[in-house]
Amino acid sequence: MKPFSYERASSPAAAAAAAAKIDGAKFIAGGTNLLDLMKIGVEEPMHLIDVNGLALDTIEPTSEGGLRIGALVRNTDLAADQRVRRDYGLLSRALLAGASGQLRNKATTAGNLLQRTRCPYFYDTNQPCNKRLPGSGCAAIGGSSRSLAVIGGSASCIAVQPSDMAVAMRALDAMVETVRADGQTRRIPIADFHRLPGARPHVETALERGELITGVTLPKPIGGVHIYHKVRDRASYAFALVSVAAIVQKDGSGHVALGGVAPKPWRVEAAEQYLPQGAKTFTEHLLAGATPTEENAFKVVLAERTLHAVLSEAKGDAS
Amino acid sequence: MTNFSDWKFTRREVLKLGAASAGVLAATSLPAAPATDGGRKPINATVAMDVNGTTQSFVLDTRTTLLDALREHMHLTGTKKGCDHGQCGACTVIVDGRRINSCLTLAVMHQGAKVTTIEGLGTPTNLHPMQASFVKHDGYQCGYCTPGQICSAVAVLGEIRDDIPSHVTADLTTTAQFSTAELRERMSGNICRCGAYSNIVEAITEVAGSHS
Repeated sequence: MKPFSYERASSPAAAAAAAAKIDGAKFIAGGTNLLDLMKIGVEEPMHLIDVNGLALDTIEPTSEGGLRIGALVRNTDLAADQRVRRDYGLLSRALLAGASGQLRNKATTAGNLLQRTRCPYFYDTNQPCNKRLPGSGCAAIGGSSRSLAVIGGSASCIAVQPSDMAVAMRALDAMVETVRADGQTRRIPIADFHRLPGARPHVETALERGELITGVTLPKPIGGVHIYHKVRDRASYAFALVSVAAIVQKDGSGHVALGGVAPKPWRVEAAEQYLPQGAKTFTEHLLAGATPTEENAFKVVLAERTLHAVLSEAKGDAS
Repeated sequence: MTNFSDWKFTRREVLKLGAASAGVLAATSLPAAPATDGGRKPINATVAMDVNGTTQSFVLDTRTTLLDALREHMHLTGTKKGCDHGQCGACTVIVDGRRINSCLTLAVMHQGAKVTTIEGLGTPTNLHPMQASFVKHDGYQCGYCTPGQICSAVAVLGEIRDDIPSHVTADLTTTAQFSTAELRERMSGNICRCGAYSNIVEAITEVAGSHS
């Protein structure tokens, strides 16, 4: 790990201003992903701004009937919140399907959204990686790609966004709230928060230099059956090969996002009209244009089968 | 042929010998290890925290993880360094009532925190019930993961009492309950390469039973 200076932030706006002003500055909250990457030299911040002391750790009702989740609410506390368990069960389920108890105790809501890919070539500093070192190439394309994207990737990058929580938030139409370096606040729809790689895979989110996430808002609950079904190589404590986040209504309509298949939580609203026609037809529309590799073509089949299981379960629960 | 059966080194002596010969090599034939600081100068910061009931203040390189602060600066070597990447759970300690991986957090981030390590749970003459139960049920083989397993297990029972659900909790709207399935899921962040899992489950189950 390379040396860095360290400060404790006094306010969200001051933290954003400092992060924009100081070269190589990064925020640290839970630190569970950042420190892991700093130890292997993938991240080399010059300066860390510790935001843990900011009072962004509460979950409050909004005037629209939804919930506002502070950026520093730990994954454990978000998953255990009675309102989330009752009205946004999908979110609790996604959080509880991710990481371990120890990590969920430390990891924050904002940090979870900013998790970086688990692509093995991103982690290996001896390999070219356009995300880690822009312009160096992509060793994953033509390399070992079993865990990587089948849709949304580019000729520069086929890395997968690893968060479970973000997939649930995409299905729930969450909004990300931020403060910018100039002190202005804004709200970014979760659909626009994570970017597809295109020619610039190192730019992963809509955040600007210094911009700090202050919270995530969930709209008024929409009812329905909430299911998060994650398929992985072991029963616990592993990243998704494929995950399905679904809210299914009694009439068969619903919201569905996939994890493990793309550089961002994968949801196609226009495909959801086909949901009542079953998993096969819906998957054909949701994953239209997929370009899997020989090693990860199984994910397309797995997605359809997982969706089939989810829709069957939803039907059983709704009746 | 050398008769290896005449060599009567303990494992610790072999480790020392290995370290010594590596040191000789480094001193005589290898160039200095490349600097890993990228030309940057180390930066120190002061942090004070309560560890096992005693407040301690340190001046530490900002890079020092809580794990390294505990082991190298406070000499509390009960907490183990396994993978150093949050994958194995050997470094699990309890901070402000919650179990965390001490390898994935910086010591300077814990100003004013209350840290409990395996040394703070019990002593050899006054074991914590979870420590006693691990001994009784033989919940280990080599013992390296055990401090992390025990800290994690103590916290897991607290998490169930606090109604924190898990991946295997069938109904999120009911109160979390202890079961073997719950325990196995909740302990999945603690890896035991010796495979003592079934005895670990028995050890924790006995303590859980005495709580209820």
